[in-house]
Amino acid sequence: MSGDVDHSGFADGDAPAEKVTDVSGTGIPVRGNDIDTDQIIPARFMKVVTFDGLGQFSFFDQRFDDADNEKDHPFNEKRYQGANVLVVNANFGCGSSREHAPQALMRWGIDAVVGESFAEIFAGNCLALGIPTVTASAAEIEALQDHVETTPDTTIDIDVESETITYGDTVVDAEVSEAQRKALVEGVWDTTALMGANEAAVAETARSLPYIPASDVPDEAGADGPADGAGDD
Amino acid sequence: MSSGTLYDKVWDRHRVASLPTGQDQLFVGLHLVHEVTSPQAFGMLRERDQTVAFPERTHATVDHIVPTGNRDRPYRDDAAEEMMAELEANVRGSGIDFSDPDSGNQGIVHVIGPEQGLTQPGMTIVCGDSHTSTHGAFGALAFGIGTSQIRDVLATGCIAMGKQRVRKIEVTGELGEGVTAKDVILTIIRELGTDGGVGYVYEYAGEAIESLGMEGRMSICNMSIEGGARAGYVNPDETTYEWLRKTDAFADDPEAFEELKPYWESVASDDDATYDDVVVIDGSAIEPTVTWGTTPGQGIGISEPIPEPEDLPADKRDTARRAQKHMRVEPGETMEGYEIDVAFLGSCTNARLKDLREAAAFVKGRAVDDDVRAMVVPGSQRVQRAAEAEGLDEVFIEAGFDWREPGCSMCLGMNDDQLEGDEASASSSNRNFVGRQGSKDGRTVLMSPIMVAAAAVTGEVTDVRELTEVTVA
Repeated sequence: MSGDVDHSGFADGDAPAEKVTDVSGTGIPVRGNDIDTDQIIPARFMKVVTFDGLGQFSFFDQRFDDADNEKDHPFNEKRYQGANVLVVNANFGCGSSREHAPQALMRWGIDAVVGESFAEIFAGNCLALGIPTVTASAAEIEALQDHVETTPDTTIDIDVESETITYGDTVVDAEVSEAQRKALVEGVWDTTALMGANEAAVAETARSLPYIPASDVPDEAGADGPADGAGDD
Repeated sequence: MSSGTLYDKVWDRHRVASLPTGQDQLFVGLHLVHEVTSPQAFGMLRERDQTVAFPERTHATVDHIVPTGNRDRPYRDDAAEEMMAELEANVRGSGIDFSDPDSGNQGIVHVIGPEQGLTQPGMTIVCGDSHTSTHGAFGALAFGIGTSQIRDVLATGCIAMGKQRVRKIEVTGELGEGVTAKDVILTIIRELGTDGGVGYVYEYAGEAIESLGMEGRMSICNMSIEGGARAGYVNPDETTYEWLRKTDAFADDPEAFEELKPYWESVASDDDATYDDVVVIDGSAIEPTVTWGTTPGQGIGISEPIPEPEDLPADKRDTARRAQKHMRVEPGETMEGYEIDVAFLGSCTNARLKDLREAAAFVKGRAVDDDVRAMVVPGSQRVQRAAEAEGLDEVFIEAGFDWREPGCSMCLGMNDDQLEGDEASASSSNRNFVGRQGSKDGRTVLMSPIMVAAAAVTGEVTDVRELTEVTVA
């Protein structure tokens, strides 16, 4: 089972604000630097108004040829089915801001991504879904990828709070950005609810800006829902 | 830590609160919305029984899926029609202004914001699109966001963010003949890498930047994200103000212009601002630049040889090998003479009136190569009308280009405009990723609009300077 968060029962893209202190499960390596969001989810699969069903299109063009025959790709390999820790290299998720990319991975079954480095918007989109993006050195990532390839049933434990990745006898000193760690560990990554609580300050800031006409600022600026509405889902 | 930069000042003016995550809550001055990344966010809002907090600070258009040929409703592509209908329902139900095709103001979101004067200096601007960095050309702090963050902005008018570092990129000297803003940004990304800007905001400065018009500045800021920087900006100056003066926002309201100008001036970086990093690039040494690979960082001057993967830093070799195999290029060769099948002049990077004018000036009296499918997709309906008023459409059509309706089109292949099979394109867009233009075997060579025009005419990647005397500012 995949750590603390069960992504399967989500309403569309709407992750519960829960604490994500650790994720454990088996790994799946996808090698290569600069893997962009067009590779993770080609644009033609984004002609949808919900995120439902995107999982099957993860890495689609890397996985299938024109005649829909399977190509060599970890996401096609039997031994990695059921894996929930994606292990990647440098600058993963570069390119577009499409949240469809982490949404597709999450719906395929990914609960955490471990890599050498991540593109910023991609990492932010992962956080919004409660998916940790954990970094480690190039050598440590490669060692983990090698290990997963030779022993795919190895359990990988990611401790978000103590910033470690443990597998077999190896403990990797990893890194989780401070804001991400706080948000996940304390369960405060539902930013809509967090910011909705500051309605009065929002209106005050808006009114202080010379380019905002007074008429653009509602008397009761902010969310109409209950202050804790986000936690109800 | 930076201080006294435009970034610091705009951040401070928009900071609402500190969040428990250590991030800041920033007020969003302008939220631009399009059909691809917003429907799920509106859905989340409905699930939470919330409404749009600042509809007057929100503006929508349709660009990614919109057809650039027959635009009769319902669209022939059912999925496109569904997305359009969903957007219409969402924005109309929320009181959000919508530059739809019937308004005559529709276009690529990063073209219509600046042309309508929605984009102004000292604003925070977000959109569910990574090329939102474009608006930084006006001295705004503008960046792309994901769909969950769109929900945040719709519901609260705010975004949660950690402060980033600021790198000043000073491009010195005068750009050479035939060298454009596009060549400058391709060079910057090549020098600093596709991930060099992660954690940074880029401030573009120096003579070569300041002497550019707004269109050129937009092309540069647009591709900040291809260098890993979520935002990039140019400090506002007289060039910026001249553009703004003519927009809808101020054309009939010079008083509002005068009232806001002191604010705009106040947010520009101080002369003694401190930066986390400063990079200097010699603008006079930049050649017309094209990509040889499958990331925007894999660029070279038109006369330079394609690099040997072994000569590159260790972490770039594998990507380079794969890219060269995909593109079918050999190290040691130049890109000159690389045969193309498609010429695409369009996208949020390069589909503004100035881009079309320069390309048309080159195309006039010439003809598209028989084996090339060439198309011009104006950035907006306004660009389209202005170009038609000058007769640019005639020039392109006479030469053999297809003159189409505005949208994102073949930049990302979400409508019918796509590469087929292993076609190679000369493209004025921003991404040469594998599969980006609609075919997973397609090959994209990024370049400036005039270089696209030259390639369309010769059927191969061509040094525009060798074909004609061009003068490009």
